Amino acid sequence: MTLSETLRVAWEGLKLNRVRSFLTTLGVIIGVASVIMMLAVSAGAEAAIADQINALGANLIIVNPVRGVPGAAQTLTYDDAVAIKEAVRNSEGVSAEFQVVQDTSTARAKLTGITVLGVTADFPIVRDYAVGEGRFFTDDENERKLKVVVLGYGIAQDLFGGDSPIGQTVTVGSTKLTVVGVMAEKGVVADVDYDGRLYIPLQLLYQKYSPSRIAADRVRTIYIKAESQEAMTSVINQIKALLVQRHDVDPAKPDFTIQTQQDIITTQQATTEAFRDLLAWVAAISLLVGGIGIMNIMLVSVTERTREIGLRQALGARPRDVLLQFLIEAVTLSLVGGLAGVILGVGGAELFGRLGEMQTQVVPASVPLAFGAAAAVGIFFGYYPATKAAQLDPIVALRHE
Amino acid sequence: MESNENVIEIRGMTRVYGMEDAMVYALAGVDLQVKRGEFVAIMGPSGSGKSTLMNILGCLDRPTDGEYHLDGEDVSQLDRNDLAIVRNLKIGFVFQSYNLLPRLSAVKNVMLPLLYNVEERLTEDERYERAVAALEAVGLGERLHHRPNQMSGGQQQRVAIARALINKPAIILADEPTGNLDTKSSVEIMDLLHTLHAGGATIVMVTHEPDIASHAQRVVCVRDGKIISDGRDGAGHCLERGGRDDA
Repeated sequence: MTLSETLRVAWEGLKLNRVRSFLTTLGVIIGVASVIMMLAVSAGAEAAIADQINALGANLIIVNPVRGVPGAAQTLTYDDAVAIKEAVRNSEGVSAEFQVVQDTSTARAKLTGITVLGVTADFPIVRDYAVGEGRFFTDDENERKLKVVVLGYGIAQDLFGGDSPIGQTVTVGSTKLTVVGVMAEKGVVADVDYDGRLYIPLQLLYQKYSPSRIAADRVRTIYIKAESQEAMTSVINQIKALLVQRHDVDPAKPDFTIQTQQDIITTQQATTEAFRDLLAWVAAISLLVGGIGIMNIMLVSVTERTREIGLRQALGARPRDVLLQFLIEAVTLSLVGGLAGVILGVGGAELFGRLGEMQTQVVPASVPLAFGAAAAVGIFFGYYPATKAAQLDPIVALRHE
Repeated sequence: MESNENVIEIRGMTRVYGMEDAMVYALAGVDLQVKRGEFVAIMGPSGSGKSTLMNILGCLDRPTDGEYHLDGEDVSQLDRNDLAIVRNLKIGFVFQSYNLLPRLSAVKNVMLPLLYNVEERLTEDERYERAVAALEAVGLGERLHHRPNQMSGGQQQRVAIARALINKPAIILADEPTGNLDTKSSVEIMDLLHTLHAGGATIVMVTHEPDIASHAQRVVCVRDGKIISDGRDGAGHCLERGGRDDA
């Protein structure tokens, strides 16, 4: 019997029991969909990590105050950042940051609720974030609290359209600032809209926009860029020693945390990996259950069609003809499930990427992989029923009612 | 039509079921020759061994001992695989309950044995044409695409006969071919078998109905695993010597 003939017989058999075939393949459908989603989540996580590196810059060390400790809030000061910059070797730059929200306007347009980020002059170097037009402000301008501003790309577009904003004036809050530069376009990375922000000297922010007099020199975060990957440990140790000394705290219980980009990525990876592992288990268990379902239904089919098997044997079907017929039926069943699973998995991954918190990216290679897994399930779990069919005694099978 | 060549040649055949103490001789030493072109009926009550004989003649079962030459080939010790090939090429089965596949049309049912033919690899079109010719030969040229449940019992049995002929077998093995049919259909089927016989076919038919058996040239009577009579004078001798078959 030819392959195409066998396939047709198998397909007609499945069509005869549509609902049963669907229920049987449900496990395979879910299993295959899980495989595709699992790989999409992994690929999405890799993309998210690449984004993270893109967002923060390479070889970055992040110093934050310990949060949630009573009385210990906001312990990092501007002077800490200056001290780090002066004392720590092998660092390429230090950027302290603090942010407020202000309305921003020109004669032409008014934007409300814009994030205004007070930073220091090293900001573009430390965060790997280039200036597109004009220049960034200098240390000197920062210290002298000059009323200058660097616009995010999107803000420049919104406020000035196609015109060059350099040298123009924008009103931030109630203060008029002179535009010295526009950052390069960066877009939304890791949930931060870099293009929709303003960058001003941190000292100017303290003077004009600080929410309270008491916290007038507090910084939210200090970013330090190490010269190289190898210098990271040394730089971290220097910062730690320096801040412990400056804050006069127990080194075992510091009032600040030092993270590297790797720490953040590791946390993120751990979350993604947990989710991916969950999907892997779902995939494995679904494929197993799906396979058992296929085996079960094929055993039922062999029993139901015992007489047909006997007749085919009488007409000259060899054991391997019968084996092949039932094996192909099982594989057809699992591949149909695989096809449905691929559609469900790709759709599910897209939907999840849009609605969920994790990025997903469907991997093209996962489609043949998932099909392969489905086929393997069909062959593995179809083999026993098919063998059973092939070994039937034709006399007994023909007499079967 | 009859030649001197034996299509079936059986010598000293036994078929034993069970082991050791519980051995049952379904066949206890059978010799039987059927010449090419003969029409033979096998009669016997249930438990006589005629079904066992039929199964072995049909290569569905193997004898415990003895020789069986079918169309010149010793088939008594073949394995399952080779037996399937012999069944496909040399034997055309006609069953009491027709055994058509309900999902397939008449022509598809007739094409089935061609699927398993290892000597002739025909294309789909060739198989179809040959099945159509076979159905026309049994008078069902108008019923090619009917399914079994759309046909009468007599028509279904004719489809089965067309299927039995499709690989040009050495023998046609008919097991109670009229058992499920009314008198009129029975007559039609027996007429068809006569026509085939007249055309040179070798037919071995198992039946317990004396008037059906009397259609054959020769009636072989089986009882207690042995052939107790073999004659050309209709079924009478079987009834006289073996008693009535009350199966």
